[in-house]
Amino acid sequence: MLQYAFQRILLALAIVFVAISALYTIMITLPGDPTTVLLGPRATPEIRAEFRANMGLDDPVLMQIGNFWTRVLAGDLGTDFNRNRPVAEAVFNALPHTMALVFGAIFWSASLGILLGAFSADNRNSWLDRISGILSVGFIAAPSFVVALYSLLIFSVTLRWFPTIGAGEPGDLGSRLYHLVLPSFAIGLAWVGYVARIVRASMLETLGENYIRTARAFGLPRRVVIYNYALRVAILPAVQVLGVGIGGMLSSAVFAEIVFSRPGIGALIYDSVSGRNYPVVMGSMLVAIGFFVTCALIADLVNAALDPRHRVKS
Amino acid sequence: MSQFRHSLAGRLLADPFAVLALLIIAGLVLIAAFADVVSPHDHAAMNLADRFAPPSATYWLGTDNLGRDTFSRLAQGSRIALYVALTAVSISGLIGLVLGMIAGFGPRWLDNALLFFFDTLRAYPTIILALALAALMPRGLGTVIVVVVITSFSEYGRVVRTQTLSLKNAEFILAERAMGASFLRIVFHHVLPNVLGPFFILAAMNLPVVITIEAGMSFLGIGVPPGTPSWGATLKDGFDYIRSTPWIILAGGLPLILVTLGFTFLGEALRDQLDPKLRKSR
Amino acid sequence: MTDTLNVAGLTVHYQTREGALQALREVALNVPAGQIVGIVGESGCGKSTLINALLQLMPENARIAAGSIRLQAEELVRAPPRRLRDLRGRDIAVVFQDPMTSLNPVLTIGRQMLDVQYRDRRPRAAKLALAAAMLGRVGLPDPVAKLGAYPHELSGGQRQRVAIAMAVMMRPKLLIADEPTTALDATLEVQIIELLRELQQEIGCAILFISHHLGVIAELCDRVVVMYAGEAVEEGPVHDVFLSPGHPYTARLIECDPGRMKTRVAQLPAIPGNLPDLTDPPPGCIFRARCDSATERCASHPGHVALAPGHWAACHFAAKDRA
Repeated sequence: MLQYAFQRILLALAIVFVAISALYTIMITLPGDPTTVLLGPRATPEIRAEFRANMGLDDPVLMQIGNFWTRVLAGDLGTDFNRNRPVAEAVFNALPHTMALVFGAIFWSASLGILLGAFSADNRNSWLDRISGILSVGFIAAPSFVVALYSLLIFSVTLRWFPTIGAGEPGDLGSRLYHLVLPSFAIGLAWVGYVARIVRASMLETLGENYIRTARAFGLPRRVVIYNYALRVAILPAVQVLGVGIGGMLSSAVFAEIVFSRPGIGALIYDSVSGRNYPVVMGSMLVAIGFFVTCALIADLVNAALDPRHRVKS
Repeated sequence: MSQFRHSLAGRLLADPFAVLALLIIAGLVLIAAFADVVSPHDHAAMNLADRFAPPSATYWLGTDNLGRDTFSRLAQGSRIALYVALTAVSISGLIGLVLGMIAGFGPRWLDNALLFFFDTLRAYPTIILALALAALMPRGLGTVIVVVVITSFSEYGRVVRTQTLSLKNAEFILAERAMGASFLRIVFHHVLPNVLGPFFILAAMNLPVVITIEAGMSFLGIGVPPGTPSWGATLKDGFDYIRSTPWIILAGGLPLILVTLGFTFLGEALRDQLDPKLRKSR
Repeated sequence: MTDTLNVAGLTVHYQTREGALQALREVALNVPAGQIVGIVGESGCGKSTLINALLQLMPENARIAAGSIRLQAEELVRAPPRRLRDLRGRDIAVVFQDPMTSLNPVLTIGRQMLDVQYRDRRPRAAKLALAAAMLGRVGLPDPVAKLGAYPHELSGGQRQRVAIAMAVMMRPKLLIADEPTTALDATLEVQIIELLRELQQEIGCAILFISHHLGVIAELCDRVVVMYAGEAVEEGPVHDVFLSPGHPYTARLIECDPGRMKTRVAQLPAIPGNLPDLTDPPPGCIFRARCDSATERCASHPGHVALAPGHWAACHFAAKDRA
């Protein structure tokens, strides 16, 4: 297990390194004055000159990448010259909001999806199974930003059941949760469908396994067989999918944050792209990708820890 | 007649969901092809007196903030959607096909390198990548297609690679090679036909994703140039004027949902028919 | 003393697209109390169907068309599900063929052995103690540590011992062993057989031992039932059946057993022909198409031809030429 974990962590680090370096390289090799790219349009000529000198902008690309990572590892994600503050500050203020959104979405969609999937597998071809099957496909089909817009329109603007703007009062958990409902609903809806289908298929496969036959042969009660024995194994593919799915959820979060005017990494990236504020773009992309890869890694390791057979797969 | 019933087309048509899907897709293609004929109004014609009109006999889905007929705009939007979808899927598919076969047939180190490459591409959440590239590239359909291709081709690559790998060591392939069959013959005669099935299933599932990405990018203002009647642009107008009228959003979301539903059902039906293993677990 | 198991006229059909597959036809066998009865036959003879029927754990498309299964005179066919569940794991226990897949990979051994004792109201510590004691009894070193281990951490032979421990822990009346040694190598096979014999004597249970390995059956069992294509074709004390088989199929099985080969041959002997199509079984003797000595008479079903007390064969010519 340790060996497997070590390999996967190394791979994850390599991926983040390559992905971000590639992006950085593209940014600094763009034709034109690199200081525009790296400092944004508002930086003054004096700052540009100083930056050139300090950053060695005429150095070979590889060296610049090296310097970039050296700075990152020291905690310096660059400076936001528009607001005169470290990028890290902006990013780490925004990150918790997005995390709340993503984990909220996972929580409700996974719970509902797992229950639906388990129940469907247990009651194959019942009316609930069929309806659930159709709904699952239907949910998957609706693009999350359309769902976000519709929910905003119907539940916020028209019915006024939920707030239209913001993340709620700081420090007030109830307010925070209240503002979280619609956006995490919009992000999570498609995932209920995915998770339910995966769990159903996985359950059906698991129920055919020999050790389930053994459990039945020993007379274990049905509920124990299905929920303790089968479901425990059947959930694992769903865990894997959700881990990888966080990337998709981050994309959905961009829309959710814009549609519901929430703070977060998505909104930050969007705003900084619109404002051509490249240091913030780089910094927030780094954190977003890092977050995603970390979550996918954790899901993979959890899977490997719980299911010894998973470790053979790589 | 019985042969037709058992052929792929016959079996597909027996599945009510597949029929529905095909109808929706046919509808999309027809509207796109005949958008100018089908639209009751010129999609760019502004009628400021009739801004924010709800659906009526004149304006079937209402009008937007500049008095333009929403239905006509959406009909035009279907052209953009279809164009982006077909172009991007073709390019992604081609790149994926080539890379997948290289990964499958090539030396181990190349396979590992390509896999790492695919994995790295997957680390970029799609819209976030789109935003980053939008910061660096000019706005327009070209950028949209670049973004879509970059985020999609690795999927095709994987599928092709899997098929190639499993076929590479299949006995009949070894037998053919022992008889001196050329590499190209093996590729065209054996690998490609086997790859096609999963490839088309993937394409069917991928098309709506591509269309959604274009719509999303246009919604965010980093897709089509301003003024172009993309579905995403319509939704953006609807969002900006959400307090003036709900109809733009309601109408604007419809084509996206319908198209995604249609292709997803089609992909499901194809998978059921082409992958016998899955058929049983129904 | 009542027999532990009486199966009479058991007929099991599977519903398939091509019609009803008659997997078992009028199968009868008896397991007297405290005895070990072997079931021998090739793949496709219906052994698995028989076990599933005995446990009443058949797939959805299977049904018992006729017959009775009595466990110590209690009828199991159409018994209420609750009663059946009570019996499983307590009065009837099973050891399956492949220990790798028949133990749950994500639960510890201890947890699985606890679960099997779910009916007991005793405290957890007592159950764990019993589990550890059983693991020790079947020959696992350091049993207490094994309670916390996962199946994949043990070797194949150890896993099978665990399966046996689980099965006999509740002191069942009938232990069904479904090819328990097929997945193991020869040295392990000997040990497992020895273990089963010892446990049988200690607990006094009856054992139904399914295998296609004739040598093991001869070694372990008191009686043997020979099955072919869904029918029981011969039954009797193991010595009698193997030394003077009444049914041609039994004779051929013995001939073809690689364990008996004393000289080298270029090709292992086999029985020519294929299994009959069970959706449309031939009337009359089921072995007719592949039998050397078949005649016109074989067009009618032989039924059980008695050869000696407690030994019969389903062949018209069984009683001929017997020494």
